[in-house]
Amino acid sequence: MTEKFAPTDKILEAHGYDAAKLIPILQQVQEVYRYLPEDVMRHIADKLNISPAKVFGVATFFAHFAITPKGKHVIKVCNGTACHVKGSANLISAVKTKLKLTGNKETTDDGMFTLECVSCLGACGLAPVMVIDETVHGQCTPELVSKYIDEVIAAEAKNAK
Amino acid sequence: MEKKELGFVTIEGKKVAIEGERNLLELVRKAGFNMVTFCYQPELEIFGACRLCLAEVEGMGILATCTVKPKDGMVVHINTDEVRKLRRMNLELLLASGNHECTLCGKSGNCKLQKLAKDMGITDIRFKRKVTTSHLDSTSAALVRDSSKCILCGNCVRTCNEVQGIGAIDFAFRGYKAKITTAFNKDMGESKECVSCGQCARVCPVGALMPNHQEIELVQKAINNPDKKVAVHIAPAVRVGLGEIFGIKPGIPVDGKIAAALRMLGFDYVYDTSFAADLTIVEEASEFIRRFTEKDHLPQLTSCCPAWVNYVEKFVPEFIPNLSSARSPMQMMGPVLKADFEQKGGKREDLVVVAIMPCTAKKMEAKLDKFYVDQNPDTDHVVTTTGLANMIKAAGIDFANLPDEEFDAPFGTKTGGGVIFGASGGVMEAALRFAAAALNPKAKDGVIFESLRETKEFREAELKVGDIKVRVAVTSGLRNARKLLEDVKAGKAHYDFIEVMSCPGGCVAGAGQPQYEGWKIRKERAKGLYAEDAKLDYKSQDNKDVMALYGKVLDKIGGPVAHKLLHTHYKSQKEQN
Repeated sequence: MTEKFAPTDKILEAHGYDAAKLIPILQQVQEVYRYLPEDVMRHIADKLNISPAKVFGVATFFAHFAITPKGKHVIKVCNGTACHVKGSANLISAVKTKLKLTGNKETTDDGMFTLECVSCLGACGLAPVMVIDETVHGQCTPELVSKYIDEVIAAEAKNAK
Repeated sequence: MEKKELGFVTIEGKKVAIEGERNLLELVRKAGFNMVTFCYQPELEIFGACRLCLAEVEGMGILATCTVKPKDGMVVHINTDEVRKLRRMNLELLLASGNHECTLCGKSGNCKLQKLAKDMGITDIRFKRKVTTSHLDSTSAALVRDSSKCILCGNCVRTCNEVQGIGAIDFAFRGYKAKITTAFNKDMGESKECVSCGQCARVCPVGALMPNHQEIELVQKAINNPDKKVAVHIAPAVRVGLGEIFGIKPGIPVDGKIAAALRMLGFDYVYDTSFAADLTIVEEASEFIRRFTEKDHLPQLTSCCPAWVNYVEKFVPEFIPNLSSARSPMQMMGPVLKADFEQKGGKREDLVVVAIMPCTAKKMEAKLDKFYVDQNPDTDHVVTTTGLANMIKAAGIDFANLPDEEFDAPFGTKTGGGVIFGASGGVMEAALRFAAAALNPKAKDGVIFESLRETKEFREAELKVGDIKVRVAVTSGLRNARKLLEDVKAGKAHYDFIEVMSCPGGCVAGAGQPQYEGWKIRKERAKGLYAEDAKLDYKSQDNKDVMALYGKVLDKIGGPVAHKLLHTHYKSQKEQN
């Protein structure tokens, strides 16, 4: 039980158990678990002496925080003004078709990919933009979307061997 | 304290003296303009969310008056075209953003949004409606929540945090999707923090949080079932709350009318929970005397407030051994009535016991597993004061003009000790009356423990009997209670007996009572109980019908049968992390 929270405890300690540092604490904790699990948020609330509802409120206020598990690879499609005008909607539907994501589903069943629509990546000159993990793909098209995703899948398959 | 004049503000041409008001809004109200707003609550921190207290201050522009400190020389206009237009628009936006179908809402007739829309003459909303369907969460026995009706004023969130120190609910999500919800967006019934006190509903200006009235239908069905007998008993605080709904002045006891109305509704036996409150005192104060003598887990903590007991179990389980094992009056009344019914040849399940309570947590308490015998509950149904008003209205009873009737014997008799249970400090005062006489049979009746009555948040008193000194303390509101316990833990405070009520002011101010704002109404209600007290016998052991139970239904005070029927046990519900 305590083992599970060990990384969280380390982060909490580094921030001096200061409730005012809740946001950086949540950021670092999310890096560990790839999202904010409920029991971890409860643990944080308990240690910071604030209510779990308050932690949940902060976690759901910022788009950066995820309260459901994210996939191993995060695909961000920019839907800012420039990207939107340049057809980012087509990119989003291309990702959804490729990964068989229907309705509001953001993460694939195998936990490999999560699709996020973000407001502006600050790379408007490259519109429309898609980012897979840390790699930025500018002037993207539905065909390229498929190709880039295939590359990630191929790399995963290679690693598995 | 002497009122110091700090200058004048001119409001719509009227000069109004500043006398330490907290904000400009209070001054506007003092000037006679009863500006109706949602998010300003005198006992909470200033929030400035609802934007309905707008006014123009010359040289400063249009501001939310709740966030402005009054300053000498301010000139304020509240009826300019611009101010009226903005207030109206804010109201229209609120109306457009939620599900506000008044005829289908339990809050209709008592809703601030409805009142404001009516007062401002709004008959049309210019904006597109966002939500039109309800999102009802009735998983909590105590409360129902409908986020489609919420106007995000935050009163509930601030009360749960500031008054109760819990924070079971908070704002979550963002912008258009923002809502008030429990931790991790769970149903209320699943909340690990909520103690069912209902103070959130007490401050909700609309129908987003209300007592759960679903049991009323089951009560009506039981009344109409020819195979069942239905007994009802009303808590002390109900008699000084219900009248307000029918236009009777706050604090005027209406127990006679209530007895009449309950018979008209078809209840078979009409009793008074004050009877069981006397019984509670006999058991709880006897327990105290034993524990005090044996120095067994002091301070003893009162156990009649179910939200407080739930709070101890969830947040400070280390104090569980300090809680009195005595059940609450409601949970003593049920088993006594059912045992008496069985002794007279009836079957336990054929007597339906209904409790009329000023409280939402009582609904949760009645449903606890430990209060069931062979799947039959000690208390079958709990209806709040407002729920009873709904039943009376639905039956078309002209409550205000009813003649007074008496409660049925023997479970309708009471002493003053049982009646003052409804006010913060009352349980302790009743316990001291009992203890003073039990420790010293020559003690004089009629001593009033004035210092325990509600004047400030923390009160204390000392009972001296010979060389014995008993130190007691009283508080209400769970945040205050937590503070008191922390002082006890740290060795900064030494008491033998502590009374805690979850709702500030005690049961008279419970969430099952008609909604109130500020302190005035709840003080009137408490005053009404003390006035009743003055007309009755002084101490609980003077209740002959209570004492007659021992040897008949019960064995002796604190004996095995009394223990089985009148006492309980507690279990930690604290999350282990």
